[in-house]
Amino acid sequence: MTPYNPFNRNFGSGTRTKAVRPDMKWHEMTRAGNIYEPGNANTYETGDWRSIRPVWNKERCINCLLCWRYCPDASVIAKEGKFETFDYKHCKGCGICAKVCPVNAIDMVPEEEIEKVKEANKDEN
Amino acid sequence: MKTKVALTGNEAVAQAMKQINPDVVAAYPITPQTEIVQIFSSFVANGEVDTEFIAVESEHSAMSAAIGAAAGGARAMTATSSQGLALMFEVVYIAASMRLPIVFPVVNRALSGPINIHCDHSDAMGLRDSGVIQLFSENAQEAYDNMIQAVRIAEHPDVRLPVMVNMDGFITSHAMDVLEVLDDETVRNFVGTYVPEDYLLDAKNPISMGNFDMYDFYFEHKRQQVEAMKAAREIIKEVGKEFAKISGREYGLIEAYKLDDADVAVVVLNSAAGTAKGVADELRAKGIRAGVLKPRVYRPFPQDEIREALKGVKAVAVMDRAETFSTCGGPMFADIRNTLYDLKNDIKVVNYIYGLGGRDLRLEHVEQVFEDLENIRKTGRVDETVKYLGLRD
Amino acid sequence: MATLKELSRVEERFVGGHRLCAGCGHGIAVRMILNAAENSNVVVGCATGCLEVASTIYPYTAWRCSFIHNAFENAGATISGVEAAYRALKKKGKINEDFKFIAFGGDGGTYDIGLQSLSGAMERGHNIVYVCLDNEAYMNTGIQRSSATPTGADTTTSPAGKVIPGKQQPRKDLTAIMAAHNIPYAAQTAISNWQDVHKKAKKALEVEGPAFINVLSPCPRGWRYNTPDIVEITKLAVETRFWPLFEVENGKWKLNYKPKKYVPIEEFLKPQGRFRHLFKPGNEHLIKAIQEEVDNRWLALLERCGETPELPPR
Ligand SMILES: Cc1ncc(C[n+]2csc(CCOP(=O)(O)OP(=O)(O)O)c2C)c(N)n1
Ligand code: SF4
Ligand code: SF4
Ligand code: SF4
Ligand SMILES: [Mg+2]
Repeated sequence: MTPYNPFNRNFGSGTRTKAVRPDMKWHEMTRAGNIYEPGNANTYETGDWRSIRPVWNKERCINCLLCWRYCPDASVIAKEGKFETFDYKHCKGCGICAKVCPVNAIDMVPEEEIEKVKEANKDEN
Repeated sequence: MKTKVALTGNEAVAQAMKQINPDVVAAYPITPQTEIVQIFSSFVANGEVDTEFIAVESEHSAMSAAIGAAAGGARAMTATSSQGLALMFEVVYIAASMRLPIVFPVVNRALSGPINIHCDHSDAMGLRDSGVIQLFSENAQEAYDNMIQAVRIAEHPDVRLPVMVNMDGFITSHAMDVLEVLDDETVRNFVGTYVPEDYLLDAKNPISMGNFDMYDFYFEHKRQQVEAMKAAREIIKEVGKEFAKISGREYGLIEAYKLDDADVAVVVLNSAAGTAKGVADELRAKGIRAGVLKPRVYRPFPQDEIREALKGVKAVAVMDRAETFSTCGGPMFADIRNTLYDLKNDIKVVNYIYGLGGRDLRLEHVEQVFEDLENIRKTGRVDETVKYLGLRD
Repeated sequence: MATLKELSRVEERFVGGHRLCAGCGHGIAVRMILNAAENSNVVVGCATGCLEVASTIYPYTAWRCSFIHNAFENAGATISGVEAAYRALKKKGKINEDFKFIAFGGDGGTYDIGLQSLSGAMERGHNIVYVCLDNEAYMNTGIQRSSATPTGADTTTSPAGKVIPGKQQPRKDLTAIMAAHNIPYAAQTAISNWQDVHKKAKKALEVEGPAFINVLSPCPRGWRYNTPDIVEITKLAVETRFWPLFEVENGKWKLNYKPKKYVPIEEFLKPQGRFRHLFKPGNEHLIKAIQEEVDNRWLALLERCGETPELPPR
């Protein structure tokens, strides 16, 4: 970033950068607090809000996509009209998907259990 | 081509709006601004402008819709007075913080209560810290000229701020005045086409505007607004010079009237400056070196220019057409005293509150002010710092 | 009617990473509405409230389309300004693309403080869709009552106290007020019935002129039910006829869903903490009064819709 130059008036009006960082100076940030990168909230992770996580059971799933429809966080990813995966970076673990699933193909599993399983797998390797 | 015409201030402003031909105007009627809305509506109804006119249901919505329109990429305007401006208060700040170049005439009228419809500057002063540029106009000519320049100032890429163009209610808005208007094409070329940089209707570049700004970023965006205001000081002068080329009338940040050798000076906004200049002339004929300073721009505050213009005077009277109820004088008084402080040359500065609710400012009043200043200059003594002119006391 | 298989192929325009509470109804409602706009260009306007403060925390935006927030009470005026700009710029050939305009407001921003601005926008006939995300209180400021808060609800400004048992006034019928503007389309829907939301959003987006949709969008924090149960609780609001699904198209009222049997209001009230005090012994008359209110409103609605005004069989 070019240093602030009071004689370059336009500079002080703010920038149009798509990548605002907290370490930027006032004149490096976007003008008026505009955001030029639509949907960049997906780079902000809300997955660590979760204490229980939805786990998909492929065998049971009938691909009705009700879970996709009712996730408030767009964290059920569908591909070509079928359940693809959960977006654990953003899933907040609200449990709605599991509740609306007509065939109980989603289990809500506490994160500490997932951790335990991970640890166990690590030991094995 | 210039034509001399007889118009009221409101007609002159409406004429300027017609020639600017904005994309969107959203406005609501209020005395003494009403005529602007009515006249402009007739321009719309008769196809004399291409503007989308939104006859909103309140001034809050007028400014809100203007914000939406400007954010959408349109050249947008509104117009109001007094209570209307007070109702807009919240969104005027937002227009400024969103850096939207909305031009809006304000026909100055006293704020309620008690309810009153006549001139004072309490409406404009209420928004002096909102982040909008404030231009003041002595007469219909200046109101017309300010409107046209305001578009260029507001839309300048270094500025991108709303501009409020003030003129005195009834005194200027309703009095017939002779002024010179430019032809449509000259105005159209001067204001040019508005090219927005960031706008909602840019299908290829979606943008989020008016976002939630917490303690980690809000401060920085406020600092940017200050920078835009600083830039405005220069841009206003540049635009004023360019305007001189098409009109023969040049505008700066202030008008310094006979201040070069003045001992005593009055600082005053809008129409009262005309009265003050007349009195100064009279006194000069009697050997008193009187001058007048008329800030044309009140926000950003032209501190350097004012300091320069007043540095040689011995006593200054700031005339405020608004109260602050601080018990320490009017709003402009505080600004001017603050400005002169750095000179450290013991200029005596006093304050006169005048004309509230449309109370007449008479020649005798201004003569009295200059007489007081002469006494202060001679004795070096100030008996009363804040006085009221034309009050039954 | 499109299937979820088809709808899931539409690009997501309200993305994850927003900061609404886990399980917030607003996330569901907004996704449904934007999904119905498919691939058209949209500008979203938004009133201050949970949705706005959670979705555009600088420097992040959850909106993958143009978005504007102005203030709390002026989403209607703001979006009408954008729409006017669109008409002006289109007329002058400065833009070529087509756009849809959708404004979201909470019940506070719509029923209460923003009602005037919305009414003005509707009366002026802008080509916009205004969506009220009704969670029946001012959630963003900590669950205060609004004119959408139902009778009896415990909120922080209508607390269930020793003398006064929650909100004392009936809910305002905003959808009817909007219909009274003689706009081409006004509808009431609830997230539990996604087909209904989808159909209504599509109609609203297609109609020429102003359209209004009132969506029941529960807030687990303010309503105090078990978060995963959002669809169930919303369904109960519809089944108990507390929140009927209807639409008013060019002045013609139409009921979109008629419960098969009489489900007493207790079923809706009971799972929610905000109504808990009503179930204390001695408060039976309060529930009875609420039931009467629901039944009377239902009968009046049926009449408006040209249906026989009768209660469902018990
Ligand atoms: C003029 C004004 N008054 C009050 C507020 C404070 N405020 C912000 S959001 C809000 C309540 C929002 O409630 P609602 O519209 O129902 O939306 P919700 O958060 O419930 O979705 C209030 C009172 C404000 N921002 N502006
Ligand atoms: S738990 Fe909630 S947030 Fe996570 S995928 Fe399911 S519905 Fe979405
Ligand atoms: S709701 Fe259940 S069955 Fe339907 S797609 Fe999701 S996981 Fe599969
Ligand atoms: S408080 Fe309620 S409405 Fe607000 S984000 Fe949380 S769940 Fe949603
Ligand atoms: Mg609410």
